[in-house]
Amino acid sequence: MGRKLLTEHVNVEGIETFAVYRKHGGYRAVEKALKMTPDEVVEEVKKSGLRGRGGAGFPTGLKWSFLAKPEGVPRYLVCNADESEPGTFKDRYLMSKLPHLLIEGMIAGSYALGARTSYIYIRGELLYVLRILEKAIAEAYAAGFLGENILGSGYSLDLHVHPGGGAYICGEETALLESLEGKRGNPRNKPPFPAVQGLYARPTVVNNVESIATVVPILNMGGDEYAKIGVGKSTGTKLFSACGHLNKPGIYELELGVPVEEFIYSDEYCGGIWKGRELKAVVAGGSSVPILPKELILKTAAGENRLMTYESLSDGGFVTGTMLGSGGFIAMDETTCIVKNTWNFSRFYHHESCGQCSPCREGTGWLEKVLHRLEHGHGSMHDIDLVVSVAKQIEGNTICPLGEAAAWPVAAAVRHFRDEFEWHVTHPKEATQPGAVYRGNLVMA
Amino acid sequence: MAKITFDGIEVEVPDGTTILNAARKIGGGVVPPAMCYYTPLKGSGGKCRACLVRVAAGSAKDPRPMPKLVASCITPVQDGMVVENTTSQQVLDVRKGIVEMLLINHPLDCPVCDQAGECDLQNFAFEHGVSTTRYEEERRTFEKIDIGPYVQLHMTRCILCYRCVYTADQLTDGRVHGVLGRGDAAEIGTYIENAISNDFSGNVIDVCPVGALTDKTFRFKQRVWFTKPVNAHRECGHEKCTGHVTLWYKGKDVLRVTARKDEYGEVKEWICNECRFEKKETADWTIEGPAHIDRSSVISANHYELPVINPQVIADLPESTVRELEQNPPLKLGGPNGTSF
Repeated sequence: MGRKLLTEHVNVEGIETFAVYRKHGGYRAVEKALKMTPDEVVEEVKKSGLRGRGGAGFPTGLKWSFLAKPEGVPRYLVCNADESEPGTFKDRYLMSKLPHLLIEGMIAGSYALGARTSYIYIRGELLYVLRILEKAIAEAYAAGFLGENILGSGYSLDLHVHPGGGAYICGEETALLESLEGKRGNPRNKPPFPAVQGLYARPTVVNNVESIATVVPILNMGGDEYAKIGVGKSTGTKLFSACGHLNKPGIYELELGVPVEEFIYSDEYCGGIWKGRELKAVVAGGSSVPILPKELILKTAAGENRLMTYESLSDGGFVTGTMLGSGGFIAMDETTCIVKNTWNFSRFYHHESCGQCSPCREGTGWLEKVLHRLEHGHGSMHDIDLVVSVAKQIEGNTICPLGEAAAWPVAAAVRHFRDEFEWHVTHPKEATQPGAVYRGNLVMA
Repeated sequence: MAKITFDGIEVEVPDGTTILNAARKIGGGVVPPAMCYYTPLKGSGGKCRACLVRVAAGSAKDPRPMPKLVASCITPVQDGMVVENTTSQQVLDVRKGIVEMLLINHPLDCPVCDQAGECDLQNFAFEHGVSTTRYEEERRTFEKIDIGPYVQLHMTRCILCYRCVYTADQLTDGRVHGVLGRGDAAEIGTYIENAISNDFSGNVIDVCPVGALTDKTFRFKQRVWFTKPVNAHRECGHEKCTGHVTLWYKGKDVLRVTARKDEYGEVKEWICNECRFEKKETADWTIEGPAHIDRSSVISANHYELPVINPQVIADLPESTVRELEQNPPLKLGGPNGTSF
């Protein structure tokens, strides 16, 4: 098993308390950062090659360096803890087990960006995690790592946790900022980008929980050292939340570059597909990314082994590839009905669309209704083309990426599993039997 | 100043101008449609996606094309930008898709809708849409709501452009209505059905691009294309109202009063409720003369008339054809199996 940088001490008794966390090397990164200049901290993160862990994979150091720094205007660091992507549950784990790791990363990050007030925007449903974080923050204040004049360095920081109302859309950074300001969580039009006009129209950086937490090991070991882990531009370690029909679902911290096949089948990781069944398909990065059938997730179209890296997973574009996304790894065995699964995802996006721009507001509902029809044996061949066409009309024409997130899984499911959709049309009676699954014209009950 | 090329036409506009307003400077058929953007309302735009255009070159400094289509109403121009609107097939295709999306939950009750004839959605669909639908599901419906004594909200027709929300926010004191709910269940609503009762609330009727917010004093009175617009003014006591309006006549009667609008349907000067709802006599007003309606609208331009094809008169039909026609009339009114409606 590879190195663990984030979850090394996760199983230590009482690691969520300040004393135990400190004893296991906690807050060293803050001490180190406060002795550096803010620009040097940004430089370390840049050198590490850390890419945003929230889904888009944008280099964190670069994002930090884009922050506008006008004189006399406050800047903010906001942690996006509104993790609500179906299949992704790594941030919840990280925050509930290692709250001080996030706080430490927030202090170092805020110092690097020159923020005097920082926020953790946490998903409303994670109320128990909110309490864990608030307790940890109180401990950090008491220990002098937050508040006025941290460790006598002259740097002061206030850290607040703010619960959202539990809307998926508030995970989009500008919707998150709107919600944090107390408004309706609608994504903003861009430009201006948050780096110029973010929270309260001030320069703001919004980072995922894991990205911020990863700043801690980067500072501890040095950016260059961190960049040596991983493959190519996918550096370091990443948390993957494996779920679905696996023998050992759970959170795994991987050095980027582990082959997908090893991740699924090795006993070190997921331990293969449950009940001795066959793998059918994988959604590799949370429900928004294109689904891939077994053949394409294990090997690329060129026949190379697919690795758990940003580049390898997206090899082949959306025709034969997918995305690493937020690391929500959903495995489906041979008994999974892809049509039903696609409808289920679609239902989620229909429910979570904010309703601000027309393609997403109307399109997500339309997709769900047509897929519902297909799944329940009332569809026609025309409907299969219709969902692809509607998905195409949404994609790229919306204010925020939720439109794409709704369109991609549908388009990919039809692309790779068209015969299964057609079977639902040609064999409505069989397809609507409970537990019926298409397996090359064989009905399996 | 920034010089941009829009559909092959060069235009120079001040820095910070949006692409849409640069196109409006050119005018005519190249102007992208706008359903939610409204110049007098700060913050409006970007929502309906009707005005999407392709930026083929970002600027003179960085001539790379933009990866996605951009909303022209909110994207500022850059010097040397090259924009494609009607010259890009991609843009036209996407716009067709937007029309379809806007219409799938729209009731298409134009025959009984007061807005018909001056409806932005009608114009948009007519110019950019297709005449058939692929939507088979049940359409979203809402109950009609009276908001205040003058305005009726028919949410079923709403396209959620947010214009009325911005109007109420920026023009009137104490906004009581806004968007409730989420996704395709989102609706314009008043909190606990509060009535809108302030002096400028009537302006939400003018900004509404569709028939979702209608004038209760004009409901079902007349099709707009049968009324004659006349500019008029009066000394209005309200400090924010200039009293410059358009009266809509049918015969001698003033059927409704609206604010004056420009060729893009945007209000030039806001008017108060007293002018709009209470002064419906010619004696209340000083008449200036006929209002010129520039918009693509049935009121002025015969815009919707199809080319008239004179039916050919055939003098001598062969006997067999006459008999054939008598037995099988080409146009048969009635339902299937000969039942009549």
